[in-house]
Amino acid sequence: MNILAIESSCDETAASVISNSRVLSNIISSQHFHSKYGGVIPELASRAHLESISVVAREALTKAEKKIEEMNAIAVTTEPGLIGSLIVGSNFAKGLSIKYNIPIIPTNHIEGHLYSGNIQDETIVLPYIALVVSGGHTALFKVESYSKYSLLGSTVDDASGEAFDKIGTMLGLPYPAGPEIDKLAKTGNPNAFAFPRSMLHSGNYNFSFSGLKTSVRYFLEKQFPHGLPEEKLPDVCASVQEAIVDVLVKKSIDASVEYNVKHLIIAGGVSANSCLRKRATDMARLQGIKVVVLNPEYCIDNAAMIGFIAEKRLLENGPDAYQDLTFKVNASSLRAKRKK
Amino acid sequence: MKLGKFTTKNQKETYDLGFRFADELKPGNVVALFGDLGAGKTEFIKGICAYFKVDELVNSPTFTIMNQYIGELDENEIPILHIDLYRIKKSSELKEIGFDEIIFSNDSIKLVEWADKAFGVLPPDTYSINISFKKNNENERIITID
Repeated sequence: MNILAIESSCDETAASVISNSRVLSNIISSQHFHSKYGGVIPELASRAHLESISVVAREALTKAEKKIEEMNAIAVTTEPGLIGSLIVGSNFAKGLSIKYNIPIIPTNHIEGHLYSGNIQDETIVLPYIALVVSGGHTALFKVESYSKYSLLGSTVDDASGEAFDKIGTMLGLPYPAGPEIDKLAKTGNPNAFAFPRSMLHSGNYNFSFSGLKTSVRYFLEKQFPHGLPEEKLPDVCASVQEAIVDVLVKKSIDASVEYNVKHLIIAGGVSANSCLRKRATDMARLQGIKVVVLNPEYCIDNAAMIGFIAEKRLLENGPDAYQDLTFKVNASSLRAKRKK
Repeated sequence: MKLGKFTTKNQKETYDLGFRFADELKPGNVVALFGDLGAGKTEFIKGICAYFKVDELVNSPTFTIMNQYIGELDENEIPILHIDLYRIKKSSELKEIGFDEIIFSNDSIKLVEWADKAFGVLPPDTYSINISFKKNNENERIITID
């Protein structure tokens, strides 16, 4: 079975060809120009997606040595993300679907991340715990099968990647600040300054990173009223990173122990953070749990993870379930449904 | 509730002030929030949403620019749009996200964080909430509502 997957929920325009759970190609066009502006810019994002999407899709097919006519389905990310960016991807996919008469599988971006560990590691045992950490998301899931998972908790305010980025802005670091903080932290002392670990002992699996942001602001104002001296930057970065990683790791391990799982998957852009990877791996080992650390191309937003889960769904539900072209895109999807 | 200047002593009081202020609001209203990173804009909005009995998670929409919640007013459902312009850099980007259409819709309540980036595209009867830090006190905030 062959799937062409399209992903354009935020910065990355990405396309991938998946064939029987194998990744034949995984093309990601990073929109590096964003770094000049200090954030993902909606206008630039959707415009850039428009410009690159057909090139990226064609490259994915070429690299996979496949023709579009050989595809059994097109998978596309429809939620969550920036509305404009999602629309570009979903309309492109609808166009292909109509022209080549191929079923189309609307796919949830977070679900892509949830199962991204299985692309590179076939030995992952169900159920497992998945921590999804990125600029827009911070949530813990218990995954029971390819069609069944449950949300254990999520951030009640800022995402962890958002915390890295906004605190980075306060420290005068370039966007995206996450990798920059990771790099600087390597030469800093993580115990130099004590920043709050919000909700560390909240007794649930929710997170909060907004207070950390406020606390860093006051810390800088009080300790360094004339500006942060450059030689202190590594210590501040290491201490901030330590505060974020502490909470992420503790809750992930707690969940893994409570649900007695063998594997913990850490996915999403923040999962590239070296301190998070090492700490989670070390702490989990003590509990006999294996942490699945993703290859960089599966940490960031990518289309392979979209095609991978879409193929499972197609196998389960059959092509007739995916003939509807009237689906819509949706900016947010983690929200609890209203009771009434 | 009388508008004016308030001092809140902690996060909870900022939330409570948002809750009490929400009594003013009716469909079509726009609330513009101003204040630095970490001032408590989202906290104030959480209070407003609680008043309208929003039972979904109210969190930062920085990534997706807009969250939509369903609230309740006089036993009717009311859409509440939580918009965050933090990442907007120029006015043409507001068009891209359909900001002017959203902001002038009269069936919903619009709560706009980082409203200084709305480039004047706000109705004249917009409520404005200014949250500023108090020097040397980590928890207190001065909140002006007009």
